Amino acid sequence: MSVIHLDQICRSYVMGVETVHALRGVSLTVERGEYVAIMGPSGSGKSTLMNVLGCLDTPTSGSYELNGHNVGEMDDDELADIRNREIGFVFQTFNLLARATALRNVELPLIYAGADIDERHDVALAALHSVGLGDRVYHRPNEMSGGQRQRVAIARALVNQPSILLADEPTGNLDTRTGEEILELFDQLHEAGHTLIVVTHEEDVARQARRVIRIRDGLVASDEPVVR
Amino acid sequence: MHLLAEFQEGLRIAWEAIRTNKLRSGLTTFGIVIGIVTVSLMATALQELNRSFHDAISFLGTDVLYIDRREWFVESDQKWDEVQRRPNITLPQARALEHGLGMVLGVAPTVTYMVDSVRHGVRSSTGSITIIGTTEQFLVTGGHTLAAGRFMTKAEAEGNRAVCIIGSEVAEQLFPGESPLGQMLRLGEESHTIIGVFAKRGTAFGQMSLDNQVIVPIGKLVRTFVSAPNCTIQIKVGDDARVAAVREEVRGLMRKIRRVPPGRPDDFAINQQEQLQGEIGRVSAVIATSGFFITGLSLFVGGIGIMNIMFVSVAERTREIGLRKALGARRRTILLQFLLEAAGICLFGGVLALGCTAAAIAFAQSFLPKATLSLSVVVLALGVAAVTGVVSGFLPAWRASRLSPVEALRQE
Ligand SMILES: Nc1ncnc2c1ncn2[C@@H]1O[C@H](COP(=O)(O)OP(=O)(O)OP(=O)(O)O)[C@@H](O)[C@H]1O
Ligand SMILES: [Mg+2]
Repeated sequence: MSVIHLDQICRSYVMGVETVHALRGVSLTVERGEYVAIMGPSGSGKSTLMNVLGCLDTPTSGSYELNGHNVGEMDDDELADIRNREIGFVFQTFNLLARATALRNVELPLIYAGADIDERHDVALAALHSVGLGDRVYHRPNEMSGGQRQRVAIARALVNQPSILLADEPTGNLDTRTGEEILELFDQLHEAGHTLIVVTHEEDVARQARRVIRIRDGLVASDEPVVR
Repeated sequence: MHLLAEFQEGLRIAWEAIRTNKLRSGLTTFGIVIGIVTVSLMATALQELNRSFHDAISFLGTDVLYIDRREWFVESDQKWDEVQRRPNITLPQARALEHGLGMVLGVAPTVTYMVDSVRHGVRSSTGSITIIGTTEQFLVTGGHTLAAGRFMTKAEAEGNRAVCIIGSEVAEQLFPGESPLGQMLRLGEESHTIIGVFAKRGTAFGQMSLDNQVIVPIGKLVRTFVSAPNCTIQIKVGDDARVAAVREEVRGLMRKIRRVPPGRPDDFAINQQEQLQGEIGRVSAVIATSGFFITGLSLFVGGIGIMNIMFVSVAERTREIGLRKALGARRRTILLQFLLEAAGICLFGGVLALGCTAAAIAFAQSFLPKATLSLSVVVLALGVAAVTGVVSGFLPAWRASRLSPVEALRQE
């Protein structure tokens, strides 16, 4: 069974009298363990697609099956649970709670999953260790570098062992070297069997993936494996 | 489990939000503080009123019936006219009732007569004195305790002897520093031997002193002062559970004794402490209603302030709400978070208000020595504060909980 199956997904925004069609019928399938890069010019609909995939946004039409479940039929609370358990989202701007330590940031999804305090602490600590931040557990975001912040965000995304990790331009706010470190981390995650979908502008980044989907004007323009 | 974790998290977020916005939260609570101070002061005042009233009427006894020509409370002028036309309860009628009644602890007919003063030699008391003519049973029905000497005996009561028992105030005035026992007291033209002194009882309703009484045998009083006496008969039932039954028995007997034809209303009244309590209940209710209107108004204004600040708080943290939803927070989680924050701000105001109230009460203790801030008032104040928070925080919290994650995350 595929992790993700999209069929003719459309998403349009009504802006006054105008309607913006961000996605015009995207169909694609992602299998477990795949490492997919999504590319395309600015405004082509990449982020819109990621939001739909991450159940943060609902498509105007089309169907989305996640692990065989039809997402379109779910209510608000079910979607919240799906986001909590099945999806790890990594944002370009990290989106960490500024006042909370790295540990507490990583604990958040566990709290919403209903884990008890001890379990929460142990699991979050392990997740921080796995992204190489074992020595920054009690640091707040403003006491960390961009790369470290993004690692915290990745640890947070992984902490509930989701079936997919979605990253929308995860290296967009990082310098080249730090970006490469993050990509290395993604590589390791892929090796460990995680399913990854990464949006990027850079060919270098895309080449790290095993499959590249190019989006243009809200449609899949090409979808091919990376030749190494 | 799930809810508990969410609750803890909500508390934590609320605490952090309040802590980071100390000044703002503090100012917002101002309206709430005023409201809660009003609530708790009013509740304390009502408690104090009820307590002092209760103290004041406790001398009446819960199981004592007072058979009188008229009711303690006459509601209408019409009724008043009717009551005025009723014949007196005579001494023989009182005796007849006493003989007819079954099992009770005591029955004492009483006749009261007010005099300007009583004398001992050249010394004279000041302030009016109530002379009560009664029998030996009065000690049981009236709930008096003797400080010195003894009460009158049955023989003295029936023999209309010239003996008397005096209140503590009379004793202090006429016999400073000496024992009144065995001394003579002049009531009008007659001299009575003092055989007992009552213990101090204080005042009823703040003015009616219970200590300037002189008790004499009823026949003696009637003979000396009152030619056509109107008796009040005190009946001590001795058992709260039997009061109603005795009341019915008394009613039947009295109708027979006073020859009230069937179908006609009673031409006498059976009064009880309970009636006074009903009366004070009505007074408290009036005070409470008007007070709670004022309180409600200030809480309403305070609540609007809380609502306003919560809308600001939600707007400021839209991105955070989006993130939390993206990470799996449900609607009720977000709702709870903001409700807890609103309730937290109000509880903070409540605590502040209780501090003010405690200070006000400490000040009031100089003239109301028994006034205290009771636990029930504390609970009431904090409860009202929390409810105000939840009610006024609901709309902002509800709006926050329904934000779409993408829209919220897109906010700057
Ligand atoms: N909330 C919105 N309201 C209206 N139009 C929107 C909204 N979000 C996206 N769009 C439009 O949808 C289209 C796709 O936007 P999207 O953010 O998906 O592009 P993108 O491929 O992620 O671009 P970028 O590479 O710049 O991030 C754009 O034309 C954008 O203007
Ligand atoms: Mg984008």
